[in-house]
Amino acid sequence: MFQLAIVSGKGGTGKTTLAGSLSSLFDSIVMADCDVDAPNLHLILENKLIEKFEYYGGKKAEISDQCISCGLCEKFCRFDAIIRGGPYSIDPYACEGCGMCVAVCPANAISLKDNKSGDYFLSQSNEIPLVHALLTPGEETSGGLVAEVRKLAINVAERERKELIVIDGAPGIGCPATSSITGATYVLAVAEPTVSGNHDLARIVETIRHFKRDFGIVINKWDLNTSKSAFIESWCGANGIELLGKIPFDEQVEKATIMGKPVVAMEDSKAAQAIRRIALRLKRRISGGVEE
Amino acid sequence: MVIAVLSGKGGTGKTTLATNLASAISEDFDVQLLDADAEEPDVHLFFDPEIEHEEEIELMLPVIDKEKCTRCGKCAEACQFGALSVFDTGVMVFESLCHGCGLCTFVCPEKAITERPKVIGKVKTGRIDQKIDFGMGILEIGEPSPVRVIRKLKENIDRNKVVIIDSPPGTSCSVVETLRKVDFAILVTEPTPFGLHDLKLAVKIVREMEIPFGVVVNRDTGSYTMIDEYASEETIVVLERIPFDRSIAEAYSEGKLFTETSPSWKIRFKELAEKIFSSSGVS
Repeated sequence: MFQLAIVSGKGGTGKTTLAGSLSSLFDSIVMADCDVDAPNLHLILENKLIEKFEYYGGKKAEISDQCISCGLCEKFCRFDAIIRGGPYSIDPYACEGCGMCVAVCPANAISLKDNKSGDYFLSQSNEIPLVHALLTPGEETSGGLVAEVRKLAINVAERERKELIVIDGAPGIGCPATSSITGATYVLAVAEPTVSGNHDLARIVETIRHFKRDFGIVINKWDLNTSKSAFIESWCGANGIELLGKIPFDEQVEKATIMGKPVVAMEDSKAAQAIRRIALRLKRRISGGVEE
Repeated sequence: MVIAVLSGKGGTGKTTLATNLASAISEDFDVQLLDADAEEPDVHLFFDPEIEHEEEIELMLPVIDKEKCTRCGKCAEACQFGALSVFDTGVMVFESLCHGCGLCTFVCPEKAITERPKVIGKVKTGRIDQKIDFGMGILEIGEPSPVRVIRKLKENIDRNKVVIIDSPPGTSCSVVETLRKVDFAILVTEPTPFGLHDLKLAVKIVREMEIPFGVVVNRDTGSYTMIDEYASEETIVVLERIPFDRSIAEAYSEGKLFTETSPSWKIRFKELAEKIFSSSGVS
């Protein structure tokens, strides 16, 4: 089974646009939306919910009225999560659920409680299984939820004998992003030709290399700044990085998004053609063929 | 006054808004601009700030003294993050899972655990053009969480100034850390179903944290009206809308501020700030 992860570093470069289109260009596929705190893939793929799962990530501390306000918990907490008072209380946004306060409390007034941090879903998009999730806004452990999405996608792919999992990754370089690429056979980084895009591309590439994944790059909206695009191309060349294609800026993409469809499902456009060429290159790679 | 710029969805224009706003109002106010998107900080690319101070952010990781360790397993049992495992050969520490809470050191009956610092990021501070105070957090490659870096960055907040914080995307813990104790949030969105979906998530957070907020619609083409419908249903103020304009996109792609080349936009950004001040009762 081939796992293709689409990532970007910088947000909004076009991961979901590309992932959504790939879903209709491959035959034997499972889609996994790993951007669990801003999931969008289900908005451009028709989907029918099959099953919902609850996700319990970390725990959170809770202080009971047995609290004697001694302040030991505050002294030992390294996360600034204790709020003074009689009784003391916990700032749930700061608490990481480590249990230090529980261990130091002389009045046995603190306990750790299970904390539901989100849900994940198995849906059906026409013939394609779609695994997606929603982190409860403000929660941590998003990397853990990403891992659940990936695990379920792998199970479904094995059960239904699908050959490819396409992962719509999380932006950034932290735990949700790295959890999106763990186990990926190939990582596709979507770049954009801007100063920020170049800067963030360098950081995500360094991250992908840190986790020793095979990878390539596509440039989205390449013609919005042709000299920045040329820079990315030569940077790829100089660093031996595979460039799988360039997608032009195309108003058809926004129209498709507003209609809730992948751009390749609309009437033919420049962007759709470019994505089809990228899909063809990916197909050769997946089947083990060598790019000439 | 502390204003955070956030978005839910990535790439909607947080940095465009934060940088242009800071620059426009720095003519009339003392401004501090902080980049809290420590995973992918980009604000500095628009200014070339002069960095005066650099601080490393450390996480305290456990070090096991093999001589003293009896492999009793109390540390692994206490750790909520699965960062310690007992093997025949000793106790192993999985650094990437460790939150640096210190509980293992505390519970070890043999006092076999000490701590050593590991650098997980940096906070840099300095000045932009001698007039704007600047700060940024940078997460080290391979590190899982920017929360501590953001917390340290925010210790630099100077409440005598107008503080503008560029937030990370999404709605997870790093955004919450950015939003703690801010006075106002600007939610930047784009007029697409993606923008709307993620805007709703961002609204949920700011409402839960009881932070006053308003929305800015970026790259507005007028062809998608659901954002306005949602805003009016929820009585959310749309503070400003920035049209889709190739020249604005090009300025951004080159790392330039469009308020610098367009005086009328500079005035509109000043007015945007005034709207926020008056809605918050700040004069």
